[in-house]
Amino acid sequence: MSNNDVDALVLPIRSDEDVVRLRQAVRELMIAAGFSLIDQTKMITAASELARNTLRYGGGGEAHMLKLWQGMRQGLSLTFIDHGPGIEDMTKALTDGYTTGGGMGLGLSGAKRLADEFEIESAPGEGTTVKISKWKPF
Amino acid sequence: MERIPILKMGDLLLVTIQVDMHDRLAMTLQDDLTGRIVKDRARGVLIDISALDIVDSFIGRMISNTAAMARVLDARTVLVGMQPAVAITLVELGLTLHGVRTALNVEKGIALLQRLAD
Repeated sequence: MSNNDVDALVLPIRSDEDVVRLRQAVRELMIAAGFSLIDQTKMITAASELARNTLRYGGGGEAHMLKLWQGMRQGLSLTFIDHGPGIEDMTKALTDGYTTGGGMGLGLSGAKRLADEFEIESAPGEGTTVKISKWKPF
Repeated sequence: MERIPILKMGDLLLVTIQVDMHDRLAMTLQDDLTGRIVKDRARGVLIDISALDIVDSFIGRMISNTAAMARVLDARTVLVGMQPAVAITLVELGLTLHGVRTALNVEKGIALLQRLAD
């Protein structure tokens, strides 16, 4: 079955290969929804950053992809859920260049810039949930 | 193990990334390229990303690090073929690819590397 036929999809994020599979699934959904190449590229890149965070910092988790409708407007949301250690200092975590893992510190802040909407919930010891959405312009 | 092929042309090394790389593969490429610069006494490295649909912060860091390592080993790195949508996304992501020279395509990239070597 093609991903285009469903309104919601859940993919595991347990390995580097899962991150690649997720990028491909996001691409298929974005193309099916008729997003521009630039919007596709931004959303896939944001998904890649967040999936890597889920894997590296959250110890793995899953990504929920959901087609959105708001009147005539069409969109796509991606929610990344892990049950890892959570984020201690949210302000720092959202700051460009801040990292606890030896990365570039652009994952969260960059994904926030690339998406239209960004929500994050995290509590120490309870994990992290990050949701991004992109809406198609009329 | 999966690997990205590295071609030698004179004193240049050419890499065309044609697959959606997972992180381990990107790290393997960085290590392979650094090793080949020394082994082949390369003066220039050309990385063609025209087939890449996205460059995220991990791949960006791999490219920047490779260029920095190459420079320490007396070789120059030129990145070619970046798609416009990738360039727009990279800038918005906040990635500057510090220290990496770029050219529009392979031909211009090779010409730039030859100029840099003179």
